[in-house]
Amino acid sequence: MIRVLEQIGRVFLRLFEETGLWFTMLWRTMAWSVRPPYGVGEWFRQMVRLGVDSIPVVFLTAMFTGMVLALQTFIGFQRVHAESFVGSVVALAMLRELSPVLVGLMVTGRVGSSMAAEIGTMRVTEQIDALEALATDPIQYLFVPRVIAGIVMLPFLVVLGDALGIGGGYLVAVRLMHANPVQYEINTYQFLDMNDVWSGLIKASAFGLILTLTGCVRGYYTTGGAEGVGRSTTAAVVNASLIILLSDFFLTKLLF
Amino acid sequence: MTVATNMEPQSDPNAEPMISLQHIYKSFEGKEVLRDLSIDIARGESVVIVGGSGTGKSVTLKHIIGLLRPDSGHVMIEGRDITEMRPVELNRFRQHFGMAFQEGALFDSMSVFENIAFPLRRHTKMTEEAIAARVEECLEQVHLHGVDGKRPSELSGGMRRRVGFARAISLKPEILLFDEPTTGLDPVISDVVADLIVEMDRTLNTTTVTITHDMKVAFKIADRVAMLFQGHIVEDGTPAEFQRSENPIVQQFIEGRAEGPLTDGTNE
Repeated sequence: MIRVLEQIGRVFLRLFEETGLWFTMLWRTMAWSVRPPYGVGEWFRQMVRLGVDSIPVVFLTAMFTGMVLALQTFIGFQRVHAESFVGSVVALAMLRELSPVLVGLMVTGRVGSSMAAEIGTMRVTEQIDALEALATDPIQYLFVPRVIAGIVMLPFLVVLGDALGIGGGYLVAVRLMHANPVQYEINTYQFLDMNDVWSGLIKASAFGLILTLTGCVRGYYTTGGAEGVGRSTTAAVVNASLIILLSDFFLTKLLF
Repeated sequence: MTVATNMEPQSDPNAEPMISLQHIYKSFEGKEVLRDLSIDIARGESVVIVGGSGTGKSVTLKHIIGLLRPDSGHVMIEGRDITEMRPVELNRFRQHFGMAFQEGALFDSMSVFENIAFPLRRHTKMTEEAIAARVEECLEQVHLHGVDGKRPSELSGGMRRRVGFARAISLKPEILLFDEPTTGLDPVISDVVADLIVEMDRTLNTTTVTITHDMKVAFKIADRVAMLFQGHIVEDGTPAEFQRSENPIVQQFIEGRAEGPLTDGTNE
């Protein structure tokens, strides 16, 4: 019994430790982001890596999510003769929820993992020590450009995801399920307001921060050679995905 | 020359030591690695710290440059205690140092040129032409030519070390630190690297601290050799004094014997 309680205590201690570490690193990243030198070139390089290079993944994810959502809701809504709401449901779901979360998760898998692997490899090959020895703070040089890229580029990807999801839904409803195109378009925009767009974009920035910072922190604290890098990469994806899903609920509660 | 061992560090009234480690204690997860380590290193001196694997040589070197902070004790560089410095101040202060890492620790996302230019671009306002000239100068200092465009992965182990040396000297540091500069190299290349360290120490007029377990290299490059054992310095003297030492720990290490006080109580 005592052992079980000890184990539970250990899990909670570790959880508090990790949370404290995450917020400490967030604070250090914020503090270093306002100190020169800024290394704007590196910011743009990371933005291209995180944003532009993720376009194909976002394209497929958002498009097919919009398509399957339209297909599912059309079939379901047909039963209660509510097909005219399909456009609204697809648009609202994509803007408020699916596009930010799915883009966040996909970019976590693609970029958060590679950040953890890259920084983790730098840690185990002493490149991070070398950075410090060259009077360069690793938080400023490695974390700041990546976190800024996440905060700035994820909203752009989410806007793209919104458009593609709504477009995919339109294609399925109109071409496959033979909905009236004009009516579908009217229904799509009828119940939307700008708050739906803004809240999705705020979520996107928050998820961008979460996935990049988690990737960087996990990489930074890598120990134990190649195996350690593997562990960090997995932990980065799992932790960031969980934080995104948990924070999604609280952000939704806060924003609506 | 200042000689200090684990006993009370001796102070030379005429010259403040360039580097002074004072009663350093450091543990990792309850395991004590450094225990009351003290050593003074004078300006311009080349000191080699030797010791077996896992005795805390790298940990000592990392304390000198502030990559690790001691649990207790002080690290004085030119009379300033770096353990008291705030991170931003310490970061700036590190421009006084050049450190060459065991495997080079070159940034593998950059070319050789970019690696050496990295500190110049970050910490100076030099033009690109001036940076290119300085990079060329640093590569010449380590006798490397025509490798500037190559990636670290395209270089041999010895070349990577030398590029690491070139990067370490690019900001013209006053203190040079070498972490196991010859480990994993063949004997001939090891000798070439040792010669290079001697040459750099002389021509650049730096204070040099090297850690190694290669006694041949140690005797070649050192003005003074110090031996680290069980977390503190157990012997400290000129190479000749060191070789003559009657300390059984030193004798076992120099001769590379399996039996003796170094291995007593271990399974090695």
